[in-house]
Amino acid sequence: MKPAILDQLMTEAQAILSGPSRRSDFPKWFRDQQHGAWSKFQTMPMPNRKDQPWRFSNVDLLDLSQFKLGAPITDNDRIEILERSRALEQVAGRLVFADDQLLQRDVLSEDLQRKGVVFQPLERAMVEHTDLFRKYFMSEPATLGSAKFAALHHSWVSSGTFVFVPRGVEIEFPIEIFHWLSGENSAVFPHLLLVADELAKVTVIEHFRSQDRQLPGFACGVNDLISGPGAKITYVCAQNWGENVIALQINSTKADHDAAAKSLNLHLGGKYSRFESLSRLIGEGARSDLLAVSVSDGNQEFDARTLQDHVSPHTASDLLYKNALKGRSRNTFGGLIRVEPHAHFTDAYQKVRNLLLDDDAEANSMPGLEILADNVKCSHGATSGQIDADEMFYLRSRGITPAIAQQLIVKGFLNEVIERLEQPAIADYLRGLIDEKFSRAK
Amino acid sequence: MKTETSAVDINRNIGDFSYDVTHAYDAGTGLSEKTIHYISDVKQDPDWVREFRLKALKTFLEKPMPTHWASKDLEAIDFDKIRYYLSGGTQAKRTWEEVPEDVKRTFERLGIPEQERKFLAGVEAQFDSEAVYSNIKKAVGEQGVIFVGSAEGLKEHPEIFRKWFGKVIPTGDNKFSALNSAVFSGGSFIYVPPGVKVKHPLQAYFRINAENFGQFERTLIIVDEGAELTYMEGCTAPKFNTATLHSAVVELVAMKDAKIQYITVQNWSANVFNLVTKRGLAHENAEVKWIDCNIGSRLTMKYPGVIMKGRKARGEVLSIALANDGQHQDTGAKMVHAADETTSNIISKSISIGTGRATYRGLVHVPKHLKNCKNNTECDALLINSTSRTDTYPAITVRGTGNAVQHEASVSQVSAEQIFYMQQRGLSKAQAMSLSVNGFVNDLVRQFPMEYSVELKRLIELEMEGSVG
Repeated sequence: MKPAILDQLMTEAQAILSGPSRRSDFPKWFRDQQHGAWSKFQTMPMPNRKDQPWRFSNVDLLDLSQFKLGAPITDNDRIEILERSRALEQVAGRLVFADDQLLQRDVLSEDLQRKGVVFQPLERAMVEHTDLFRKYFMSEPATLGSAKFAALHHSWVSSGTFVFVPRGVEIEFPIEIFHWLSGENSAVFPHLLLVADELAKVTVIEHFRSQDRQLPGFACGVNDLISGPGAKITYVCAQNWGENVIALQINSTKADHDAAAKSLNLHLGGKYSRFESLSRLIGEGARSDLLAVSVSDGNQEFDARTLQDHVSPHTASDLLYKNALKGRSRNTFGGLIRVEPHAHFTDAYQKVRNLLLDDDAEANSMPGLEILADNVKCSHGATSGQIDADEMFYLRSRGITPAIAQQLIVKGFLNEVIERLEQPAIADYLRGLIDEKFSRAK
Repeated sequence: MKTETSAVDINRNIGDFSYDVTHAYDAGTGLSEKTIHYISDVKQDPDWVREFRLKALKTFLEKPMPTHWASKDLEAIDFDKIRYYLSGGTQAKRTWEEVPEDVKRTFERLGIPEQERKFLAGVEAQFDSEAVYSNIKKAVGEQGVIFVGSAEGLKEHPEIFRKWFGKVIPTGDNKFSALNSAVFSGGSFIYVPPGVKVKHPLQAYFRINAENFGQFERTLIIVDEGAELTYMEGCTAPKFNTATLHSAVVELVAMKDAKIQYITVQNWSANVFNLVTKRGLAHENAEVKWIDCNIGSRLTMKYPGVIMKGRKARGEVLSIALANDGQHQDTGAKMVHAADETTSNIISKSISIGTGRATYRGLVHVPKHLKNCKNNTECDALLINSTSRTDTYPAITVRGTGNAVQHEASVSQVSAEQIFYMQQRGLSKAQAMSLSVNGFVNDLVRQFPMEYSVELKRLIELEMEGSVG
């Protein structure tokens, strides 16, 4: 199934700073794009802390010289990874990638296939659904700071998922995608292109994991999420990379008229994890919910940048981010609500809450508003605080140890966001991951 | 339109006139070491001030414009076309009778009649770059309070002046504080001795009166242990065709248990770049409060700050910004917590009219290992027209478990129901709008001294004229 040339290329581990990708099995137009993206990557400057989009961010961690494409996955690793690729009980389909190599594909039910749902690796979509692919693939420029890394992604992307849900089709169970980092210093470039046509409904969950939690690695993902007229998409990201991983994720969501787009990002892993989320409301009646939860400890650094871009009138967006910070960890939030001229009757909200659990933890919040229209309802709030002494006392007086009491309070604090997803099975799974992080800390 | 001038009436159109004033000293346009030497020679600066200016000029030339985050409009400033020093060459006047007649007339037109002196504890009116008129009420002087122009302060009270000058806002803080440090002239120097509570607010009027002339006043206020002071400044400027630059530096020092309240009501004409650096240093249990009202100007960038250096120090910024057609009010606050149990409060209200743009930009910093620090920030924006714009860009850093910080902002417009209700009772739409806007800022305005709050309400009414209909 795999072309011989691929094996050969894979064996001479290519450094990612020697791009672009040399794969020859992609269509010519795509390879041209990759070359173009590579020159863009080379000409753009590295981010600087003085750039507003990178304010408070530790850009020194973005040294990419050590990272390379992963070696072919051995049979033993393949078996181990597939065994560990379990998350939700009931799924509509599943793809498993390790070091950007496709390991397994559980296809959709025949019923969904018959209805025209497409669920396939990116390289097949390039050939079989060229028009859709070319229309939506990275069509939205990365404006929140990472244009350089979006170009890097474009010049290397080789694996990913294409999901197309035709008009009026509703998929009951989530589609699940696993991206694993396996080899030492491996780099991956995950991509998800999700197109929900008119009145379609779909949920996709992505799991980001490391086979060995100690190995360094680099992930640079881009997602294009398109919610057509009246469609409903839900995107969940469970980021649980290993402790020495540098990760960048650039998501762009587009909601057409009367569409709904909901996203929840859980950040637990990585040494440095930056997440950019652009949400554009391009049709009247569109609604976007941006949710995120993070638990950081040790020297972890999380950095979230968001833009709620209201292009059309009568649109709504609601952002709720909650972060619990332990140890010497740092969290930065930079969010903007932008109401474009003529986007009257906008409802836009933004709320960030940081819970500082240790004396060396640091939270930076930059909630922003840019309102260029009239008749809008916009508000934002940012708070940073600590556990209420009374709550702690109450729990301790009932014989609960301080460590457990703290965990309970943190879980309660984060749960408000997870519940907003309104998907009990996924919520249970996410809570489980948070528990796991707490038990690892012990 | 009103034509009479009373103590509390500032009519924009009256401020638009400019009388021909002859300047004995003029440094010409452009900025170089020669300009600095000219200023120092005319002002007979001590050597250390001359050196300070020259060093600041170097810093100014080295520093880039803050355009990576600020408005690109800053690039429209042509530093070569600005006059950096103009002076009538007269000594600061002590009594009203000594003030030249034509200068008096300009004040008259501004609505600052002679009788107002009664209400003022002291008047330090800056006419162009030199303090032309300064009147300190006897009582204040007897209490040991020093209230002089900054030039006089640095010559006659170097032992206090040098200790704090440039310490709260170092020359290199930003490009415009460096510019001010190089060419400053005018401004006030105030020292309040320990335990003295100045009953009446000290007041200064500023006015720009020469085309293309930037005013670079420098104010330093030191309030010693347990003392209290309220200082007020108000500005109006005539309208000119070419842009005018105003770049002031204001430093406040509140020693242990001291209280300073600094009030600004500013009404620059629509071609002025108003780029001001204001910061206060609060020692143990001291309080620094900025009350700041920005109306007019082409671009205002002003972020009054408080560094809370001592335990239990308090900082507060109350600000009102009104951005009319073509104006950009980029204002905010900076709160740096540097000791335990420090508290700060920021309340900002902005109104955007026509194509006006109001921006809140804030910084709250609570560093490591501090206990029981609290900050509260509230920003409310009101949009009047569909072309109006408002932005909010706060940056909040909190470390550790002992502190609580909250930030809230909201954007809204005048409720249609309210307007309908008032129109039904016979008010015109414009009157209703004006009333509604005054209601929006009312809880802040009430904190202003009486004559200022009346003046402010009138200014808002004037600005609201023609915005609806």
